[in-house]
Amino acid sequence: MLERVLKGTPKFYLWLSFLLCIIGYAFIVYVFQLCYGLKITGLSRNISWGFYIAQFTYLVGVAAGAVMLVLPAYFHHYKPFKRVIIFGEFLAIGAVVMCMLFIVVDMGQPQRVLNMFLHPTPNSVMFWDATVLLGYLFLNAIIGWTTLEAERYDVNPPRWIKYLVYLSIFWAFSIHTVTGFLYAGLPGRHYWLTAVMAARFLASAFCSGPALLLLLLFLLKKLTKFDPGKAVVRPLSLIITYAMGINVFLYCLELFTAFYSGIPGHADPIVFLFMGHEGVDAWVNGWMWTAVVFAFASLILLITPRFRTNDKILPWALIMLFIATWIDKSLGLLIGGFTPTPYETIEIYTPSFWEISVGLGIFALGALIVSVLWKIALDVKKEAGEEFELSE
Amino acid sequence: MNSSRRYFLKVAGLSAFALAGGAGAAMAAGSAPAPAGRGSYEASEKALKAGRWAMVIDTRKLNTVERMRKVIDACHKYHNVPDIPGTQEVKWLWDDTYHHAFSDEVHPVLPTRVEESRFFMLCNHCENPSCVRVCPVKATYKTEQGLVAIDYHRCIGCRFCMAACPYGSRSFNFQDPRPFIKDLNPAYPTRMRGVVEKCTFCAERLEKGLLPVCVEASEGAILFGDLRDPDSVVSKALAENYSIRRKPSLGTDPGVYYII
Repeated sequence: MLERVLKGTPKFYLWLSFLLCIIGYAFIVYVFQLCYGLKITGLSRNISWGFYIAQFTYLVGVAAGAVMLVLPAYFHHYKPFKRVIIFGEFLAIGAVVMCMLFIVVDMGQPQRVLNMFLHPTPNSVMFWDATVLLGYLFLNAIIGWTTLEAERYDVNPPRWIKYLVYLSIFWAFSIHTVTGFLYAGLPGRHYWLTAVMAARFLASAFCSGPALLLLLLFLLKKLTKFDPGKAVVRPLSLIITYAMGINVFLYCLELFTAFYSGIPGHADPIVFLFMGHEGVDAWVNGWMWTAVVFAFASLILLITPRFRTNDKILPWALIMLFIATWIDKSLGLLIGGFTPTPYETIEIYTPSFWEISVGLGIFALGALIVSVLWKIALDVKKEAGEEFELSE
Repeated sequence: MNSSRRYFLKVAGLSAFALAGGAGAAMAAGSAPAPAGRGSYEASEKALKAGRWAMVIDTRKLNTVERMRKVIDACHKYHNVPDIPGTQEVKWLWDDTYHHAFSDEVHPVLPTRVEESRFFMLCNHCENPSCVRVCPVKATYKTEQGLVAIDYHRCIGCRFCMAACPYGSRSFNFQDPRPFIKDLNPAYPTRMRGVVEKCTFCAERLEKGLLPVCVEASEGAILFGDLRDPDSVVSKALAENYSIRRKPSLGTDPGVYYII
């Protein structure tokens, strides 16, 4: 099926070339990082993780979010989702590849990355994270490819694929739970040391992943006329609404514990994130308030049925939701975990230009993978005679 | 045509097999005399041994910037710790105020002596180290004598240990440290870019029967010994003086004690 990539419109190739340019530029920057070390980043001794690990964390959520299509389709036999499941699985593949690359570019000695499997360490959550991410990548690749091939030949997918699909549903929950455990088990990092961390991650994943998917499907409709259909958009936006509601609720639980208990260690990171420290403003303050405003604005739009079912307004709600969850679970999370420092001092981390450049390259590579895979899926659907425009 | 191709494949396969076999034999012959058995790694007879190494810092005797600087310099010079300016610095042993060192102990009023004192900070060589728990490649590990050590050749530089350490004891080599070592000590290895490092409690000196550099340089203000031995200098000092540790409530069981 790969040969379908070779037959595209000039616009498609222009888009791929644009992405390749960004990837090329980022690769050059990364070569400099390899030669000179991570000193080209904004990281420091006290804030030793930043932009890279932040994006990794967020993208695991995007990858896990695909399960919100698979679960209703396979556990509840909600047929309409099957029309777009392949897009969710292929988006997950792109997201997992980006996750892995963000981990690798964050390493000081990336050529030793296989040490993780040469010296497997079951007591390290990072070992498990690498394992479950790899597993999730394979699961989605096998399931996506096999079901697409079946669609192409107009036959039912092989029966064994169903068991892999069931496995992938549990697996999706596991990847983000394990990512939550990366943070939630570290003594002394109060912002992360919370039992609801993994639950927050999952709630955030189950709104932000489908939100990105819906936005991309809207874009696809504009570009190719492939309509996901109201039977997909309506229930999925409802799922997003509930997940976002739970996500915001869980964050408020953190606020209660931190401020009602009055334990400074719990409150200090939150105070720093939103108010700065003793009159010192950090750029992250405006950043966090943006997340708050966007989170509530998106929730208001999503909860009101009139707005949620309005195709003009829904994309804006999803964009705001995406930005809000991205701020909360990427840089907000990382900076909150490292500030104040273990000596109760305040240090302000800002990602460097080079750090963001490498990150952009990884995003571009993810976009490239998703573009190519989605094009294959679309072509197969077209050839199989699936209706692109739905009359509803 | 067909039979000649089969013949060719046979010959090619056989010769490849013969070549590989020959090469294997040659390699085996070449490497035969090298290993002299595992016994060559036995510990030295002079080595100092302990059930659990621990450090007691008498902050009544050692609390001024000038005197502490001497100890820090001795440590950093001996271990080739680079002098990198800015926030990407590398340090094994350093000093700070009471409020920063013991951030859990929130006293509104402190004796002037304590308020004005400086306190050493270094790796606590915890009994229950969170850095060892999180390392995905076993590059950071705990020795039988309670030292937390790092294998710089295995470390992948993921910095999970730095996030896990509640004491901020670890430094990452954001760049090649060698240009920042002014006075190289050829007796101790330097590190490379991209790995994490920290205080080792001078494991290599203990092996030779020597006490850690900071203990020697402190002129008696820093004690070092076996916590499991009730007659050791540290056990005695702790029995006679009230001491505190950094963030003991986290359950890491730090091995550095401070007499205030």
